[in-house]
Amino acid sequence: MQLKFQVKGMDFSRAGQAATKIKKALQLAGMDPATIRKTIIIAYEAEMNIVIHAYHGTLTANITPHKVEIIAEDEGPGIPDIPLAMQEGYSTAPPHIREMGFGAGMGLPNIKKSADELDIQSEVNKGTKLWAAVFNN
Amino acid sequence: MHVIKKMLNADVLCGADRLDTEVTSGFGCDLISDSLCFARPGCLLLTGLTNVQIIRLAEMVEARAIVFVRGKKPGEDVIKLAREKGLPLLATDLFLFESCGILYQAGLRSS
Repeated sequence: MQLKFQVKGMDFSRAGQAATKIKKALQLAGMDPATIRKTIIIAYEAEMNIVIHAYHGTLTANITPHKVEIIAEDEGPGIPDIPLAMQEGYSTAPPHIREMGFGAGMGLPNIKKSADELDIQSEVNKGTKLWAAVFNN
Repeated sequence: MHVIKKMLNADVLCGADRLDTEVTSGFGCDLISDSLCFARPGCLLLTGLTNVQIIRLAEMVEARAIVFVRGKKPGEDVIKLAREKGLPLLATDLFLFESCGILYQAGLRSS
């Protein structure tokens, strides 16, 4: 099963809806609670990264009985230094984003902790593609 | 939740008919990412964040109710969304630290 959602930059009123829908689909599919938990952390953080940092993008979930893949693709400024962005606490979010409770520099580290497999490709001034997989035990 | 409302001297912003709900743990935080990772299903979320994302987060982590601390009150759009989701919202003038301390002393724990 594939679910695909359009995500708009700076659209905080709808942000999080895609991850919520993915969660409901995983519950309906009867996935293991630990798998659901790890997947929604990845999906929500990836969705918020598009909302906060990119112009627009898509969030896709490929669901099979054994595995969930989350793919977040965006057009945006890209990540110049991926290892730096993976460090806990490193953030480029502006103050007004931080006031909303985001931008603590935990998005990518949380994704890394939750994913069984992870790949991030980014090109400056073009965009970022994040691919993460969680195995369902 | 009735007991929690009394202990925190809290106002009910919505979900007054759902205060019979029991919470199984508590989580206090002003960061969305941390709440997403550490709050557990069935918990009471205590926070100073009042934007609409806190409702989506509560839905995602399956929190049973939210207490807004430090006298903060969310806007009507936030209360409306919580009402739609059946999520009780409370507001207290106490600080996050005090609110958590009172509930911890009364036996509520992290999960």
